Amino acid sequence: MTQYRVLPGPEHFLPPSAASMGICLPNPGEAHINGVIVPEEKAYEEAAKQFLMAKVPTIFPGPLVLWAWNEKAAKKATAVRHLYNTLKECAQPGQTPMLIPMPDYRPKYPKINPEVEINPNHPNLTIWHNKIDCCMFIGVHCHQANLSLKIIRGGTSCYTIAMCAQAGHEDAMLSFRDASVEKIMKLAEWVRKLKGTVQPRLTSAKSGASN
Amino acid sequence: MADTHSVIGTKNKKGQTFTDTWKLMNEAPRTPSFYTGSEVIKEALRRASCDVMIAYPITPQSEAAALIGELFAEGYIGDYFRGESEFAVMSQCAGAAFGGARVFTTTAGPGTMRAMENFPMWSGARLPIQMIVTCRGINSPLSIQPDTLEIAYLLNTGMLVWHAETAQDFFDWILKGYMVSEEPDVHLPLALCCDGFFVTHTKDVVNLTPADMCLPPYDPYRSPVPCMDMECPPVRMMRDPFIMKSNYISYATHASWQQEVWAAVERSRKHTIKWLNGLIETENTDAEVIIVASGTAVSQGREAIRLLDDEGIRCGLVKVKALRPWPGEEIREATKNAKHIIVPEFNVIGWLAKEIKATIPNSERVHAGPRVCGGMTMPPEIIVSEIKTLLGMRTMSLAGRGS
Repeated sequence: MTQYRVLPGPEHFLPPSAASMGICLPNPGEAHINGVIVPEEKAYEEAAKQFLMAKVPTIFPGPLVLWAWNEKAAKKATAVRHLYNTLKECAQPGQTPMLIPMPDYRPKYPKINPEVEINPNHPNLTIWHNKIDCCMFIGVHCHQANLSLKIIRGGTSCYTIAMCAQAGHEDAMLSFRDASVEKIMKLAEWVRKLKGTVQPRLTSAKSGASN
Repeated sequence: MADTHSVIGTKNKKGQTFTDTWKLMNEAPRTPSFYTGSEVIKEALRRASCDVMIAYPITPQSEAAALIGELFAEGYIGDYFRGESEFAVMSQCAGAAFGGARVFTTTAGPGTMRAMENFPMWSGARLPIQMIVTCRGINSPLSIQPDTLEIAYLLNTGMLVWHAETAQDFFDWILKGYMVSEEPDVHLPLALCCDGFFVTHTKDVVNLTPADMCLPPYDPYRSPVPCMDMECPPVRMMRDPFIMKSNYISYATHASWQQEVWAAVERSRKHTIKWLNGLIETENTDAEVIIVASGTAVSQGREAIRLLDDEGIRCGLVKVKALRPWPGEEIREATKNAKHIIVPEFNVIGWLAKEIKATIPNSERVHAGPRVCGGMTMPPEIIVSEIKTLLGMRTMSLAGRGS
């Protein structure tokens, strides 16, 4: 049993992949929080809490939900929009929910515009610029999501959530697997359910733009 | 769009029924058949719902590659052609896999070495290609005979590496291999190795699954990377590579990418254990002497154990099935009681012994040998002799000048 836990950073100059530290992915019906396998229900609650505590809770939708390449993707996109709207409705003064897309995976040179997009090759720039302290990846191809999650953990203090359509992500601090429209809607329900019960943090990410 | 689960129970154009792989491998009736290892590769591939096989002749895999050509002629393989060289074959395999095909190829010895540049590229691009490696000598002077040195080079490519002992392993693992390497959290190429000639050119009884049942097709939409797109990494990186950008984050991205490949190797552990019923097999691990081996060295070890048993000497066995993912924890546990760990190998450098030494506590217990190479056989008597010598017992000389 590994003692390693997947926690907000900044962790290291080059943090290890969580898998190499012995963190395993959840089985169907499960999720993980900080690398510890938990029942999925517990993860909904924790993810909703993290969103409600954050000063800048942010959803990063990737190409698999941004483009209506099949009916399921279009429905997921609608559900993501619903979750974002729920975050806005439940936000308290001082909280600024954001929805920033990851439209593709090309490195953006000479410089990404962090106000309009995030990129897996330098995701920290978008995190820092917008002072994002909690984010959720959805619809990002697994390899690219892991790339981003590791870099974010390495250089920022942002809390990361993955709503993965496949097997989940150990490099996130909290990960669902087998993401569906129903699961996204359920997370939105949990956010609404916990509204007013969670005290928002007053400060943003330690390694935000000020760092 | 292919959907793996929705086709279960339906038939392909050859009348084979797409079957749940767990049922196919564990519940379907088996027919004993007397085949060479090369013929077994063909029979496994008949059932693999393979889209593309690319071939190039090099002993001892040429026969298998030719037999798969017959499968193509019969309509069991989507496409089949000969590349211009092993390097070309592996590059063409990448192209087919980038496009979303289930891909198969075979190679051996110097061919493996010639194509080597492609293997880390396959892993980095997360291409679940299956490559059979029928190991043979790689060095000058030329040898086509069994020798497992090439496996040492494959171990750090980011590929999954399995080492089959028998033709039965080969048949089962070709089919199971796709199930592991195509998992979205793994999605890596698999080098399925065997000892050339010993496995490929000898006949053995192999229990085959029904020929009218086959694997469900590969679903490229579960891939952790998009299908080939010139605007997407990794293809995009060929013209906009990280190496052209001299800044911390470019290097960090590449580092994170490499870590992700090895994370995927780690994730394959769970799936490999499920499909291979463990990364190792063990016998008598309470014995003071344990043989740890892979490939046909396991078979020679079994015979040595039988000979030792006749003399009242108890000896255990660890068969290492998967080399990547590496079964470090399993080997530590299986050898915790051993005073002597014997590692017979068919190569000059003893790569397996080195891996084991780096894994277990008190590594002075590892006896790196006996080793043979260049096509030599490994009589079980030499394993017996080395064990008896280690135990301080008298042993017959096995080499002489014929006097």
